[in-house]
Amino acid sequence: MAMRKGLSPVTVTALAGGLAFLYVPLFLLVIYSFNDSRLVTVWGGWSTRWYRGLLQNQALMDAAWVSLKVAAVAATLATALGTLAALALVRAGAFRGRTLFAGLVYAPLVMPEVITGLALLLLFVAIDFDRGFWTVALAHVTFTMCFVAVIVQSRLLTFDHSLEEAALDLGATPLRAFFSVTLPVILPAVAAGWLLAFTLSLDDLVIANFTAGPGNTTLPMRIYSQVRLGVTPEVNAISTVFIVVITAVVLSASLAMKWQQGKVEGRQ
Amino acid sequence: MEMAASKTQKPQSVRRKFEPWADPAAEPLIRFENVVKRYGDVVAIDGVSLDIYEREFFALLGPSGCGKTTLMRMLAGFEEASEGKVVLAGSDLSGVPPYRRPVNMMFQSYALFPHMSVADNIAFGLKQERMPRDEIAARVDEMLKLVNLRGFEKRKPHQLSGGQRQRVALARSLAKRPKVLLLDEPMAALDKKLREQTQFELMDLQQRIGTTFIIVTHDQEEAMTVADRIAVMDHGKLIQVATPAEIYEQPNSRYVAEFVGDVNIIEAAVTRVTTSDTTLQADMLDAELRLTQRTDAKTGDRVAVALRPEKIRIAKEPLSEVHANCAQGVVYDIAYLGDLSIYHVHLDNGFVLKAAKTNLSRQIEPPIDWDDRVNLSWTPDAGVLLKS
Repeated sequence: MAMRKGLSPVTVTALAGGLAFLYVPLFLLVIYSFNDSRLVTVWGGWSTRWYRGLLQNQALMDAAWVSLKVAAVAATLATALGTLAALALVRAGAFRGRTLFAGLVYAPLVMPEVITGLALLLLFVAIDFDRGFWTVALAHVTFTMCFVAVIVQSRLLTFDHSLEEAALDLGATPLRAFFSVTLPVILPAVAAGWLLAFTLSLDDLVIANFTAGPGNTTLPMRIYSQVRLGVTPEVNAISTVFIVVITAVVLSASLAMKWQQGKVEGRQ
Repeated sequence: MEMAASKTQKPQSVRRKFEPWADPAAEPLIRFENVVKRYGDVVAIDGVSLDIYEREFFALLGPSGCGKTTLMRMLAGFEEASEGKVVLAGSDLSGVPPYRRPVNMMFQSYALFPHMSVADNIAFGLKQERMPRDEIAARVDEMLKLVNLRGFEKRKPHQLSGGQRQRVALARSLAKRPKVLLLDEPMAALDKKLREQTQFELMDLQQRIGTTFIIVTHDQEEAMTVADRIAVMDHGKLIQVATPAEIYEQPNSRYVAEFVGDVNIIEAAVTRVTTSDTTLQADMLDAELRLTQRTDAKTGDRVAVALRPEKIRIAKEPLSEVHANCAQGVVYDIAYLGDLSIYHVHLDNGFVLKAAKTNLSRQIEPPIDWDDRVNLSWTPDAGVLLKS
């Protein structure tokens, strides 16, 4: 009989332990967001009152709106720039300074956020750029662009260059060849990059703290400042909403990548 | 692709007498003039001059890395010549980008656009030249009919078999009615049976539409089957440009003789030269070697003679008389191929000659067996004196 690959007691325990370590805190947070009691640590029965309360909390709603706007703008710009960077890295071959360029593109991946935030703050102050919506958005472009570049680059590496050559051969100008052939084929990777940039921007607290101006408080900043006054069930509720949104976005990003792979491999 | 259709019509010979290259007045469609291509210090194309004529089916043949693909890509516009020029229909192609050349290419990977249907793939080139919609539809239909793929227009490339994809690629590259169609190893991805069938279909198609075809291949059988003329390449140089029969029967060099088909190379010294024939003394043969071929070589020169295995008669019976062009030996290897058998014969002096024999009868027991003593002989016009 063939050996069966399955779950042995050891792997089940390891899996359960790992998952518990990762998700018990989040699970508790979600449960307590449905707590009827005003006290965060005392269970007072099920209720959705904190979610209803959220809608009446104007400051929180404003912050959420700012966050969404920043994330959308930043993700879009980062996707455009990141895709261009990836194209340069994959297509230009061994140009002078390629290694340096690649290093510079990827450095923000490992750069401590505090340093990125501080550097940007210094820059904005130095050039006398009033801190507001655009400073946060631009800061977010800076640190999310490299993630887009990584995702798009890995897709471009497996992209059959003769597709683009075929388009040129059939009379398409380089620009048309890119938009009618290359972009549609790598679109799932570009979309995944956008979604990742969007969630990263939505998440960010540190860089936003350095670069946001008055009146442009993002949601993580708002939550953080509320928590300093004490954890309320309302914070639990907004955090739960956040978890749901981000899970949905990340899931759709990975589904987009899967779908693309299935489409390319087809039934070969 | 139109096997069924061609049966209903009166069978027509696929290739009629066609040799514009022999006509000094004929204008070539494509002309490579002293083309050189360098990548840094590497010379990929080393001074190629070549004329290709309208309606010709031309093959670039050579091992990988010989420059055949580079030469084709220069015509498509993906590579620029470092020196010399490429002329198409009288106009210099230097600096003309791929999307402005009346040349289309069928890629080795087919390069079908995965996000487009079969019909959209074929229509792509026509849309680029802003052809009216109804004309595009008509042309796409015509192309689908040409490659026998009607009913598949809505399919995506990944829903097709390898052979079908190949035909879509062909239809797409022909849709714009290019002056020249370039085929880059078009059958490399097909299995042997399908490849043979496709070769004949391709020849038939080329005859019907009359477009100039240039095929790049490393498969000598494929080149011999489809092409009017073959250019054998090595290290960026053209070694010989000639018809398949000339390439096979009159190779101009040892390289061509060995690259195309199976061959015995016999090293020999010239002993006598007359106006009509040459006599040589070969190291491997005890008798002398006589060729009905004139040569510039002088008495005493070392030369090589190419002798195809199927030109050698192999028999167990002793020869009626000992004459030139013969050898005796013992069979030590037999390659049975069904239609013919290749015998490796160990000559008495240690050399090996390969001889082929058509299997005319259905005998299972080989008429000539291992360790049989055999006599080999050939006519004076069987061998070819090689220059190098």
